[in-house]
Amino acid sequence: MSEAYPPLSVTQQKDVRIVEFTHNKILDEANIAEIGQTLQSILDETEYPKLLLDFANVDHLSSAALGMLINLNQKIKQRNGQLRLANIKPQIYEVFVITKLNKLFKISANRAEAEGSFT
Amino acid sequence: MGASRPKPHAARSAPKSAEAALSLTLASDFVSARKAQKLILDKIAAVGFGEQACFGVKLAMEEAMINAIKHGNKLDATKKVRIEAKITPDSATITIEDEGSGFKRHAVPDPTLEENIEKCSGRGILLMEAYMDKVSWDRKGRRVRMIKHNRPDLHPR
Repeated sequence: MSEAYPPLSVTQQKDVRIVEFTHNKILDEANIAEIGQTLQSILDETEYPKLLLDFANVDHLSSAALGMLINLNQKIKQRNGQLRLANIKPQIYEVFVITKLNKLFKISANRAEAEGSFT
Repeated sequence: MGASRPKPHAARSAPKSAEAALSLTLASDFVSARKAQKLILDKIAAVGFGEQACFGVKLAMEEAMINAIKHGNKLDATKKVRIEAKITPDSATITIEDEGSGFKRHAVPDPTLEENIEKCSGRGILLMEAYMDKVSWDRKGRRVRMIKHNRPDLHPR
């Protein structure tokens, strides 16, 4: 079952919160701020947050979206939590490579691999 | 006669009407910006730019518009953004000018350096330069000019 967090779909697998972006674009600033707030509230639910972001639907994202992810990553680190990114399409992965953020984030090819990488 | 093969350079003999020159003046809001971006992207796709080239132009234009509206015009609705686009089957040239105080490209820190990787600035410009063939600023940084050449997709799907 998934809860209604537009434009996100949130599910739980053991102690990992799985968040899927439901729109194909993460561009609008207002939209990005809303996503950031929702993710923050998910982090606040547990002491050591484990979060998996599924990018399967995402075809476009902007530097503002990258900023939001960097911010999220910092907050999770402060809380000794873990963040994984999965299912990133090749065109979007290239954006992570150009910005060298593929080195900052732990990126898995798919959900199963990401789920298995939590400690 | 059997099926005729396409002539070499057939793609280059696109009709003159496929070319487009656009000149738009917008208020500093993201809704108008989105419409202008779509108009330009539709033209670029219509003259035969491939999917990967369109992806790059879309991303670069998104970043340039955010820079103009947010950092240049500081979201001031009375300030305008001027966009000019010249689109041919060979290349797209897009200029975007704001009414802000300008900026210096070399003063923007490199966001890929380890000490800057977690900062939130400079990444938009980096993406514009990565995805377009040429990016340059004039008028004290208030106007950006970006050029994308139409080349076949590198990794056909």
